[in-house]
Amino acid sequence: MENIKTKYNRRSFLKSSALAGGGLMLTASWFASAKAADKMEALNLPDQWNELTGYIKIMPDNVVKILCPNPEFGQNVMTSLPMIIAEELDVDWKNVVVEMGPHDNVKLGPQFTGGSNSVRMYWKPLREAGAAARNMLCQAAAQTWGVPVSEVTTKAGIISHASGKSAKYGEMAGKAATLEVPKGIGLKAPKDFAIVRKPTKNVEGQKIVTGKPLFGLDYRADGMLIAMIQHPPAFGMKLKSFDAAEALKMPGIKEVVSLKMYEDGFEQGGFDTRTFNDLLVVVGKSTWEVMNARKKLKVQWEPIGDIKETMAGRGGKREVVVPGGLESTSTQMEKMQEYAQKPAQQLRKDGDPETAFKNAALVIERTYTAPFLAHNCMEPMNFFANVTAEKAVVAGPLQAPGWAEPTLSKLLNLPPEKIEIQMTRMGGGFGRRAYAQYMYEAALISQKVKAPVKLIYSREDDMTYGIYRPMYTATYRAALDANKNLIAFHVKGGGIPENPVHANRFPAGAVDNYLAEGWQIPSNITIGAFRAPRSNFNAAAEQSFLDELAEAMGKDPIEMRMEMLERAAKNPVGKNNDYDAARYAGVLKLVRDKSGWKGGKDGKYNRGVAAYFCHNSYAAHVVDMVTRNGEPYVERVFSAVDCGVVVNPDAATNMVQGAVVDGIGNAFYGGLVHKDGAVQQTNFDKYRLIRNQEAPKSIEVHFVENDIDPTGLGEPPFPPVFGAVANALYKTTGKRHYQQPFKPESASS
Amino acid sequence: MAKYNLNINGKARQVDVDPATPMLWVLRDHLDMPGTKYGCGIAQCGACTVHLNGTAVRSCQLPVSAVANEAITTIEGLSEKGDHPVQKAWLEHDVAQCGYCQSGQIMSAASLLKSNPNPSDEDIESAMSGNICRCGTYLRIRDAIKTAAKK
Repeated sequence: MENIKTKYNRRSFLKSSALAGGGLMLTASWFASAKAADKMEALNLPDQWNELTGYIKIMPDNVVKILCPNPEFGQNVMTSLPMIIAEELDVDWKNVVVEMGPHDNVKLGPQFTGGSNSVRMYWKPLREAGAAARNMLCQAAAQTWGVPVSEVTTKAGIISHASGKSAKYGEMAGKAATLEVPKGIGLKAPKDFAIVRKPTKNVEGQKIVTGKPLFGLDYRADGMLIAMIQHPPAFGMKLKSFDAAEALKMPGIKEVVSLKMYEDGFEQGGFDTRTFNDLLVVVGKSTWEVMNARKKLKVQWEPIGDIKETMAGRGGKREVVVPGGLESTSTQMEKMQEYAQKPAQQLRKDGDPETAFKNAALVIERTYTAPFLAHNCMEPMNFFANVTAEKAVVAGPLQAPGWAEPTLSKLLNLPPEKIEIQMTRMGGGFGRRAYAQYMYEAALISQKVKAPVKLIYSREDDMTYGIYRPMYTATYRAALDANKNLIAFHVKGGGIPENPVHANRFPAGAVDNYLAEGWQIPSNITIGAFRAPRSNFNAAAEQSFLDELAEAMGKDPIEMRMEMLERAAKNPVGKNNDYDAARYAGVLKLVRDKSGWKGGKDGKYNRGVAAYFCHNSYAAHVVDMVTRNGEPYVERVFSAVDCGVVVNPDAATNMVQGAVVDGIGNAFYGGLVHKDGAVQQTNFDKYRLIRNQEAPKSIEVHFVENDIDPTGLGEPPFPPVFGAVANALYKTTGKRHYQQPFKPESASS
Repeated sequence: MAKYNLNINGKARQVDVDPATPMLWVLRDHLDMPGTKYGCGIAQCGACTVHLNGTAVRSCQLPVSAVANEAITTIEGLSEKGDHPVQKAWLEHDVAQCGYCQSGQIMSAASLLKSNPNPSDEDIESAMSGNICRCGTYLRIRDAIKTAAKK
């Protein structure tokens, strides 16, 4: 990390910003780049804000404005990230005002919401920003008072000296802003935290409960038109021709246009998923009018055939062939079974698994499957765009503005400095909004119709437009010797279109003879990250398998895992094991103690346990199931999580509870079926989501207390829920469940 | 197109729209009141919940032509200062994650408490099961309703 000084002459800045007066202004780019200066002016700071580093502005009246760098989709970053700054800045949280930062990767860092990375990535830079600003305020006070800076102290926004002198931050902000940003300022010891680790209310809570326009769908601009896309009825189809005469006669309709998203050979970025490339668009004055006119379109579709895509993502430039054809779930299942029998790519091998399996007294083999899942964010995909020859302004819900900007720049033929991306609050994300296709569409439509437009996906569009959690399968095999000791472990997994296997995860490292293999089947059904990608399937399959294995070994499922983890901690097998066995065992121990685990039964409850490591954190659940009205029902859950320092405990608890509810819902009901390329679930009448009365009565969340730098939380508690539910279901029904969803008969509500 | 005189949050509002237009879109597109959310358009998710004469209804299934001058209350008008007991309880329990569904949840909860001031756990779960929360905040929704019921 390097602090770049971007020297501004006070007068010239004030002049260029037309500020009436106010204090001195300093700009400092926390993330090094000379471009900081241009971006700074675009911020259009209000009068009298004194900016200290990229994130913090202090008013003369002591109000502190903190910019949140990362877009918010419900994971609480707009509260928790500013808390981290406020902690080191040492201000009274009551005086803090939080605002969503603009898209500015130079000044505000990567700004990627996803991969459970926000708090983890920003923990150190934000602490350093807060500490640097505090130091500058102290220096300003020391200079003013003529005392050594080492004698100056702060407390909750007040600077003091033993002589009795004291000043509010606001009084020193102007002077502080003339100083250079210091380097290497010491950070607080965790024991001294006054804001971090204190339950802190959502800074946008009041706006949410009063219905203020926070979301992309709420965005409005003068002269804005509404656009909707008519996409093909099935994957593998494309637009052939259309007749818009009737649609154009409908009230409020301005235009019907067709356009192409990517020209042939266009270099797509790693997250530029191409679902439907030929767009047929209805543009009109209001949503209802556009929805109705869209029904009047007469459209001919045709099969698309194989498509060559040029990807230029992180893996370098490469050509990818997407196969044509109309896929159905039944044929996909058959194909997966066929591939599962074929030789696959070896991902990891320890010892001599072949011999161990040959010599085994008992081999257990089980195969698990899981379907495509739709993200079903409550706020359907949408984006505002106003593209002119000079400039593009786009605003809406987006997880990764930094990844989207280069592609948008190429598509619009506008340089990045002429593109302004505003990030609204997101009505859910779950990975879906890391794929900015809907933003590109909105921008291209605006460019074509030469007007500000808001593109809206209906719920049906949202559910049938692709970018799903892939379809997966995995076969697990375990070899036991005559004394029921585990001597070999084998996982072979595959999917459409990606292989789910994490080869270096537990139980790799805990078994002498280990083999992991993977394969994949290409498909034209587009997929993307879905809350804990791959892990959300692996945890379900592997943790169910371990439960069955423990039973075969005659061991308690927690004790069996603890023994394996002890082995992995003391004498790990192989290299590159990507988990910390002691922390993994720590969450199992915590959930065992808190739930009063004594095997698979507790009074009326049938109990299932599972644990998993992903996104740098550890989570374990005990799920307590009963039979209610003839149906299995998860009534009570105990959760244990190790994500290091918990920045905002109440919000973190909310997140874990939500992950548990989400996991139960998807395990029981989640699934998207294709027939001849057409998605069979088009809305919530056919795609069942968990509802209030199906959620547990209690979810007790416990965090491992330590001072380790924080790691992810949005994803890690989610995957093991599936395994714990499957294991409780076995105790409840006496049957093992190998295929998700576990309640397919009631999958549509 | 036809003109309608509506009574929304105690104020007279006039719109000139297609008679079939659902109140959801009248509110959002024509009256610039985006607190009422679009989630599914088929009365399955509850994000668009408003009150019609004090009772929760799904505004996506309520054509403007059916409203006449009956009183519509939206999240923006549930209380003047955002201090309805349900709104306060929502803040006390810090219910929201993404927050998108919460105006609909709050409108359903306020309607429930109006007709049933002391709901049982079952009453709450049953009344609130028409409102989907994709983030899974159901436990806090129940707790907040119980807190609001005490006030």
